[in-house]
Amino acid sequence: MSQGQSGAEQRLVTPGMAVGPSTGKRAGSGVVAANDTFIATQLGWLRERNSTVSVDPINAAYMPRSGDLVVATVAEVRNNLWFMNINGSFQGLLPMSLAPWKVEFGAARQHMDVGDVVLARVQEVDECHNVVLTMKGVGLRRLNQGAVETLPVQHIDRIRGENNENLQRLREACDSRIMVGDNGRVWIDGSLAGIRWARKAVHALASTGHRTDINELLTTLENELKGDA
Amino acid sequence: MMGGYGDVQLLRDDGLRLDGRKIDEMRPVSIEAGVLPAADGSAMVTHGLNVAVAAVYGPMEAHPRKIQRQDRAVIDVRYNMAPFSTSDRIRPGFNRRSREISKVTAEALESVVLVERYPRSKIRVEIEILAAEAGTRCVGITAAAVALADAGIPMRDLIVGVASGKVEDTVVLDLDKAEDNYGQADLPVGILPNTGEIAFLQMDGDLSPDEFNLAMEYNFKAAKEIHEIMVDALRRRYEGGEA
Repeated sequence: MSQGQSGAEQRLVTPGMAVGPSTGKRAGSGVVAANDTFIATQLGWLRERNSTVSVDPINAAYMPRSGDLVVATVAEVRNNLWFMNINGSFQGLLPMSLAPWKVEFGAARQHMDVGDVVLARVQEVDECHNVVLTMKGVGLRRLNQGAVETLPVQHIDRIRGENNENLQRLREACDSRIMVGDNGRVWIDGSLAGIRWARKAVHALASTGHRTDINELLTTLENELKGDA
Repeated sequence: MMGGYGDVQLLRDDGLRLDGRKIDEMRPVSIEAGVLPAADGSAMVTHGLNVAVAAVYGPMEAHPRKIQRQDRAVIDVRYNMAPFSTSDRIRPGFNRRSREISKVTAEALESVVLVERYPRSKIRVEIEILAAEAGTRCVGITAAAVALADAGIPMRDLIVGVASGKVEDTVVLDLDKAEDNYGQADLPVGILPNTGEIAFLQMDGDLSPDEFNLAMEYNFKAAKEIHEIMVDALRRRYEGGEA
């Protein structure tokens, strides 16, 4: 998403602003077509790629979609299910049938209690925003150690980069495990120094990635880490 | 007719108003976006002696469940005047006037926010009037629009609240306190400046069709000016570096 325009001059648009002719182009997110003109519907940076005009919002709420990988925290426990905070408008529901363990009715709390953090995937979202999560899948598990950072959800793609390039650089630089959830939460696990550096790095990427060359930024951060060591 | 104080002079002999403004001149307006760190979006609007702060929270799950709409979000507006906002202390809490203004503001905002994007959700808008002169509902709407944009809520357009009225048989733009209290008419409107649509309109007092048209002409002109200040406020907040 954003990484394609990193360092380039971007135009800030506000809701209702005409952002250009719609002829021969497609409307992406944050844009609607009216009278052969694209109108921005959100505050954000205008982006045009592959004839699709869209707005990278400055602020946005997490809207879960089926298949999303999320870092979730247990908000409530019932006899046969968990309600999970997924950093969105609505809580996600994890039924015991979709947990990775064999759970007896009434024993859900023995496996996960309020405050526990898990890596889960969105199984299903209906039109009324009912979200069902699953922990059945490769790598989906309870996260027993490490740190969780919450970032603006619209900036998550900057952390990942094209084909996860940025994420891989971060992992290698600090020799830590880093999982980026689509819901704006990043889980980091490694040495204390590694976690500290990774937290700083992800926040730097999220907050300044739109106006700085991300490669340069990563190089600077890596040099800082080497200097510290 | 409003007021009933026909002996109060509101226009000077030189044709200017008591505060020295021309009849089609607005009070000074300044807007700042993102003033409250705890809110998802916020704005402070100073319009003459009016000061309004708006905060937006959400979209969030609508509670209680009976207010949920399966096909769209509801906008929950709470307009409140601080007890110290006027020269006479206002009793804290909701009253009939604040309920009415909350309702009309919510309806005006619902017409611009793309509420169908967030079924079963609620977007909470808190408008606090810290200092009141006249036209606080318009200032509140303007502040709410900037706060909604700041929160990243999708909207068809920004909405601008502005008012005109009539004093001493003359149509004037942007009534101040004396003109509001002793004038003959007040016409607050919510305008979508890019499309020219009207999202809300109220009228207190009597205006002839010609006077009404002139008042609306003044309102549209003022809405364009305020809209530029709104956009500038959002640019200042984000083009400076954040995001």
